Amino acid sequence: MADCGSNEEVAVIFNTDITSTESENNLINTMVEIGATLLRKMEINVTEAEKRTGKNTVNMQETYTVYLIETRSAETVPEGGTPTTPDTLWRRYSEFELLRTYLLVTYPYIIIPPLPEKRAEFVWHKMSADNLDPDFVERRRVGLENFLLRVASHPVLSNDKIFFLFLTEEKEWREVVLETGFQDKVDSRLKSLSAMFRVKNPDKRFTALKHYSDELNSVISQLLRVRAKVADRLYGVYKVHGNYGRVFSEWSAIEKEMGDGLQSAGHHMDTFAASIDDILEEEEHYADQLKEYLFYAEAVRSVCRKHELIQYELEMVAQDLVSKKQQKEELATGTVRVFSLKGMTSKLFGQESQEQRESRLAALEQSTREGEETLKERNTECQEFVRTAWEDIGRFKEQKDRDLREALISYAIMQISMCKKGIQVWSNAKECFNKM
Amino acid sequence: VGHLFCFREAGLTNGTPVETSSPASTSSLLNRLQLDDDLEADIRDPYAEAAETRDLFVTVDDPKKHVSTMETYITYRVSTKTSRVEFDLPEYCVRRRYQDFDWLRIKLEDSQPTHLIPPLPEKFVMKGVVDRFSEDFVETRMKALDKFLKRVADHPVLSFNPHLNTFLTTKDLNKRQGLALLSKVGESVKHVAGGYKLRARPAEFGAMGEYLDTFNQKLGTIDRIAQRILKEQSEYLTELREYGTVYSSWAGSEDELRRPLEGVGGCVTTCCGALEDLGDGMSQDILPVLREYVLYIESMKSVLRKRDQSQAEYEGRLEAAVLRKQEDRTPMPLEVEKCQDKVECFNADLKADWERWQSNKRHDFKQLLTGMADKNINHYEKCQAAWESLITLLQDKQTEDKTSETN
Repeated sequence: MADCGSNEEVAVIFNTDITSTESENNLINTMVEIGATLLRKMEINVTEAEKRTGKNTVNMQETYTVYLIETRSAETVPEGGTPTTPDTLWRRYSEFELLRTYLLVTYPYIIIPPLPEKRAEFVWHKMSADNLDPDFVERRRVGLENFLLRVASHPVLSNDKIFFLFLTEEKEWREVVLETGFQDKVDSRLKSLSAMFRVKNPDKRFTALKHYSDELNSVISQLLRVRAKVADRLYGVYKVHGNYGRVFSEWSAIEKEMGDGLQSAGHHMDTFAASIDDILEEEEHYADQLKEYLFYAEAVRSVCRKHELIQYELEMVAQDLVSKKQQKEELATGTVRVFSLKGMTSKLFGQESQEQRESRLAALEQSTREGEETLKERNTECQEFVRTAWEDIGRFKEQKDRDLREALISYAIMQISMCKKGIQVWSNAKECFNKM
Repeated sequence: VGHLFCFREAGLTNGTPVETSSPASTSSLLNRLQLDDDLEADIRDPYAEAAETRDLFVTVDDPKKHVSTMETYITYRVSTKTSRVEFDLPEYCVRRRYQDFDWLRIKLEDSQPTHLIPPLPEKFVMKGVVDRFSEDFVETRMKALDKFLKRVADHPVLSFNPHLNTFLTTKDLNKRQGLALLSKVGESVKHVAGGYKLRARPAEFGAMGEYLDTFNQKLGTIDRIAQRILKEQSEYLTELREYGTVYSSWAGSEDELRRPLEGVGGCVTTCCGALEDLGDGMSQDILPVLREYVLYIESMKSVLRKRDQSQAEYEGRLEAAVLRKQEDRTPMPLEVEKCQDKVECFNADLKADWERWQSNKRHDFKQLLTGMADKNINHYEKCQAAWESLITLLQDKQTEDKTSETN
């Protein structure tokens, strides 16, 4: 495990509005490898969001949000000196999507960090499901920043030129990406994800990993769904207490000695009812952390499928080579074990001449040699894929365990804070009741 | 002295002599006099008074089920400890069922019409909806019966009522004959609902009536809010339980994260338990007391109506007498004076009971509401403790990992 060195090399992955202890924990736990990660040299922030209107591809007016990406050299500023002004550019969500698709295709063996959700899902009823809602936009801003930091701290992805240009080149970037021709490979990627082919000798490790990613997807979905329902109900419980505030106030009007106590207690009930809004808003952050790993599960599955495709194609090539070799053998020895059209036609229309046979044999020899070359290449490709993929999977596993544990701890902290608030309010109310 | 006379008079109205006319302790007598002189500054808290000078202690406990061929019912043990001379023995122990308490209440209402009789818990419960023999129901009912009896025993006038004595001491209450008749008498009084034409109801009694109406309304609202909260909490609990199981199920597919996830699942389960306790506490301790006060208000209103009735009677007779006097110059008849006395006694008793009731109410609600606050605080404390111990567990693991890494 690499030692995390000085502060400047480390990135704060999540929302910067966190306590110093949490920040410290993040610094300690964020796995930024020493090496050529972009983050070492560059500070990246997504700082603002703005609404724009413009004409889209079908020449219709649309409203969309753009996000401001700020980058700045990560060199420490000398004491008393002013920090350098950052370079900035604006990007919209669809450009992030384009970047991610490019990465998916270019690095099929890497678990590509996910983007924040396109539409608000697992919403509890008081939350808005509207994409233009300021809270949603804010959470998306944080999610986009998180995405960039994840990519920038990845040992492989951070070196990508297109990614660098995404951060630095506002206007020309789209053309450059499309010029790489990655879109041709998109089709094959789609094929790998949806095709129903069967691999003869599946790699057990990948099968287990795919199974795990399916389970993770399923369990996190369920967790998010139930959490939203829990939030909904808890909101109801707190808000009804607000009614106590009103009735205590009305009641206090007809009381003499009890009046003051009741009135003040009523105010505390109002405070209690209002406190749930902040509590649940904070919990959304936890939900976002879970969502990131929900989408990560999808990315893991995608790597498994790509491997399956490579494995399948390798098996096809090997199969093809075996059949060619058999044909060659038959032709050389004269025995027919494998059906071939040439053999049949020669039976039907008479034996071919020695010349014909020899040219056919030569062609098969050539084909076989080529086949063997292809097989060797494919084999190497597959092995390379497996090697690099497992390296990244190992890295991912550690990151996941760390991040999720951190998320659970911060969730527990949130719960404790909620309990403390509850105790405070009810203790205050109790004091008022005692004065009745 | 005038007030002592008044008690005797009040007793004679239904023919049953009230045995004693003097309240046991001089301090409560002083209290009565003080109340008539100065209603405003009630510094002394009659509730605390009674506690200091109490010489009659009653308790209702030990519920037992009785099964006979005709019916099944519950009896409660009623224990008495007293130093009063009106009782032959210093201690008594009898068993009573709800019917017996009902009998006592009716007897008290009829023999002490000028006084506020504490309410009993609801008589009828819908079969099929509520289980009359469930532990919770019996426990709640028993506490209410205990409260009823204690309130009667603490009352400076009611506690000397011979029916109470009978109730506390006699082994077998032979009450069947009188019961039906008496309940009819009780009903007829209740039926007259505010149909009295009064010349001038004294402002204080009007104010009492208004207060009771508003208070009744507010209590009703509080009861509805409390029930709504219970319902919301119950629905929250259902979701929370499922939430906890998802964490445990997730733990099954992880290795490093297994213990943290199980830990979270465990915390959620603990919180579910704490929430359940809160809900039970609210249903058993808080809601019944609220409902009891609604009944108390009804009793008080009925006493106010009786007072109005006696005032109307007096005014009626006075009017008739004045007319006769104008006609033939006969002096004011004695019955009219007696009626006037009766009204004044009633007013005095009522005011005294009102002050006592107000004081008890203040005490009871203070207790009720602080109790409610305590239950909520307790609930949060349990949850907080669970989450805090989880954090310790998780953070220990973290430092454990870190030290093993750097080694």
